[in-house]
Amino acid sequence: MAAGIENVKDYAVVMRGITKRFPNVVANDHVDLFVKKGEIHAIVGENGAGKTTLMNQLYGLINPDEGEIYINGKKVNIKNPSDAIKNGIGMVHQHFMLVSNLTAVENIILGSEPRKGAVLDIKKAKKEVKELSERYGLYIDIEAKIEDTPVGMQQRIEILKTLYRGAEILILDEPTAVLTPQETEELFEIMRKLKESGKTIIFISHKLNEVMEITDTITVMRLGKVTGNLKTSQTNPKEIAKFMVGRDVLLRVEKKPKKPKHEVLRVENLWVKDNRGLDAVKGISFNVRAGEILGIAGVAGNGQTELIEALTGLRKAENGKVFLLNDEVTNKDARILREKGLVHIPEDRQKHGLVLQFPGYYNVILGRHYKTPFCIDGFLDMRYIIDYSKKLFEDFDVRPKDPKILAANLSGGNQQKVILAREMSSSPIVSIFAQPTRGLDIGAIEYIHKNILKLRDEDVAIILVSMELEEIFSLSDRIIVMYEGEIMGEVMPEETSYEEVGLMMAGSKLEMIRSGIK
Amino acid sequence: MTWIISILNIFTNPLFYKITLTAATPFIFAALGGVFSEITGVVNIALEGIMLLGAFVSIVFTYLTGSPWIGVLMAMISGLGMAWLHAWASIKWYGNQIVSGTALILLAQGLTGFLMEPIFGKPGQTDFIGRIKDIKIPFVKNIPFVGEIIGELNPLVFIAIGLVFFSWWFLYKTTMGLRMRAVGENPEAADTLGINVYKIRYFGVLMSGILASLGGAFLSVGELGQFKELMTGGRGFIALAAMILGNWNPIGAFWACLLFGAAEAMNNQLQSSPILQISASTKPLFNMLPFIVTIIVVSGFIGRTRAPAADGVPYIKD
Repeated sequence: MAAGIENVKDYAVVMRGITKRFPNVVANDHVDLFVKKGEIHAIVGENGAGKTTLMNQLYGLINPDEGEIYINGKKVNIKNPSDAIKNGIGMVHQHFMLVSNLTAVENIILGSEPRKGAVLDIKKAKKEVKELSERYGLYIDIEAKIEDTPVGMQQRIEILKTLYRGAEILILDEPTAVLTPQETEELFEIMRKLKESGKTIIFISHKLNEVMEITDTITVMRLGKVTGNLKTSQTNPKEIAKFMVGRDVLLRVEKKPKKPKHEVLRVENLWVKDNRGLDAVKGISFNVRAGEILGIAGVAGNGQTELIEALTGLRKAENGKVFLLNDEVTNKDARILREKGLVHIPEDRQKHGLVLQFPGYYNVILGRHYKTPFCIDGFLDMRYIIDYSKKLFEDFDVRPKDPKILAANLSGGNQQKVILAREMSSSPIVSIFAQPTRGLDIGAIEYIHKNILKLRDEDVAIILVSMELEEIFSLSDRIIVMYEGEIMGEVMPEETSYEEVGLMMAGSKLEMIRSGIK
Repeated sequence: MTWIISILNIFTNPLFYKITLTAATPFIFAALGGVFSEITGVVNIALEGIMLLGAFVSIVFTYLTGSPWIGVLMAMISGLGMAWLHAWASIKWYGNQIVSGTALILLAQGLTGFLMEPIFGKPGQTDFIGRIKDIKIPFVKNIPFVGEIIGELNPLVFIAIGLVFFSWWFLYKTTMGLRMRAVGENPEAADTLGINVYKIRYFGVLMSGILASLGGAFLSVGELGQFKELMTGGRGFIALAAMILGNWNPIGAFWACLLFGAAEAMNNQLQSSPILQISASTKPLFNMLPFIVTIIVVSGFIGRTRAPAADGVPYIKD
């Protein structure tokens, strides 16, 4: 698929020999990218492979050290986003670039505002945005402020932003990372529509099933280099994964048969309020036994966060009881719960899992820092702590293997490994995992899944909260589904289907679904 | 009982409202300055220093040229210079905005104190140099009560109120205003749309310098006609409180400034109340009134206001 100078004209985007060096790493090493007009082209690769760096150079956010860029056959010099916009390039960033206290329409027109003199012509802006949104089926509430707008709509606003500026080439950086399965389907519909109207789309992802579903061609990257150029119709997820990771990958974890033992955690009629004072968890009861994984499925925001916070001592339960090995522990604080053997891998690893500005060696002892052998007579034993953390970094394969590096400077996967190292090394009896693999790459996901199963085989009771149905199905021994703070039903993964769980996630009770079928 | 009577007397006296407006004027200028700077994401506590230098410069040029309006113009230029220093340190060099602001306050205090002797031949305070004349509005002046409040006022008071509405229009109705608000909330987002974050922030900070220096000029050539060392007396900080209380909105800040102006007017009237006969030794206690009101109001309301998300955070492009 290599193209010479002579046929550069056939492509909407050509990047040739792009090299970008950062202080300690070559982020892009002579990368070539060819994207035909009117196709959906995937760039896949693990975190840190250099996908986003490459796209940031196409969009002018950073400038390449070497290499050339051609847009529609013409050599261009893109120094900043304005140049990219002029060349018809638009980018939807992984972390949305929206101004939260402005309205949707204000965000869309920002920087290219229709005006009468110095005055913003907001009427014209609304009309133009409305037309655009209807033309592509990108439905939004143009008057709503971003802070009151759901994530799926925010993404449509981001896409409209690029279209409003006349983008012909759209870069979507991991657009599905924040979406529910239904929202992902909607996004794919929009992408197909855009493609039909002649737009070129570059889709960055590491979710292989999505790449298979939506794209025409694929560029695979690993460690800053292109490792494969593939046609979607002629490849399969296993092959892509191999190019990504450089070895064969188990896409599905191997699981030993379950041997659940005694009950470890029991929750009875638990009620929890959210930050606004509304009931988020409404009378939930369940239990978890030693050596089993209880999966909690559900669309984000249906009370899972509040449930976990109540179980881990971070939020007050209004009503109900929690028992740990038959001792009541309702509303005990986090330290007492941790001492009893309950550990927590939090949903937001940067906010609740780590102190980002601390080096690794402090982060791996936090929560036990006051105990011997880390602390003797009120003083930290630094030599012991550093030796201990070195060993943990080794055991848990944190890269780089230097516990003196600040947590902030580790990649997402390695940050999660630090948390995992801390929590698993405290010999837990209950372990609560909240979205443990969100935003991680295949290699890291595989590693974390193996470790969750290892804990289970060591007779730890495990609660796994995840928005990823695939994860829930491949790991759980039992699944409960939460919807608006209630449990819609409990199922065994081998006796149910994605459809059935999906229906419960949308608010149908299991009895109703099954009685309807039978 | 005498207290209730004297306070009732104050509220029914048009003079109280007139003093409220006059006392609020320097707050209004400076608070608008604060809004312009912070809405783009740069905290500007240098307002106090900018006001002080503005008060001094306007008196100096009134002294030199005989025209207080030239004084005001030069004060604006001095404000621009101070603000440029703040912008240069905190936008270009990502400096800590509180440290830069504090440095500028100290600079203004030192500079004005030092220049008193060489220019006016004595420290402390100047003689009466000259002031901008109040304007009389013919018809309004004859309306009972209202006429006594706004019939005869310093033109800078009307300019301040005019600027409140202008600022609101500018920030909420123009493209520049939209961009300023976007930059203060999410500079990265603005940057990806080709908006020059640094230019917008420079503009906001420079505007804040011009506006705050007008507040200072009002204190000297608007009200007293003389300069006294440290005559701003913390008004720049009260203006910041008014900006916060007004939720970084010009109209909101205006109401807050009126509240603080009223506290100062109340202090003034209580001290001179013929019924209360407050002794000279207790008068300084009453001078705390505006600050006490600030603390109470700000601690009560501050949770309900919301600063621009990127306020005080230097924007570093990587």
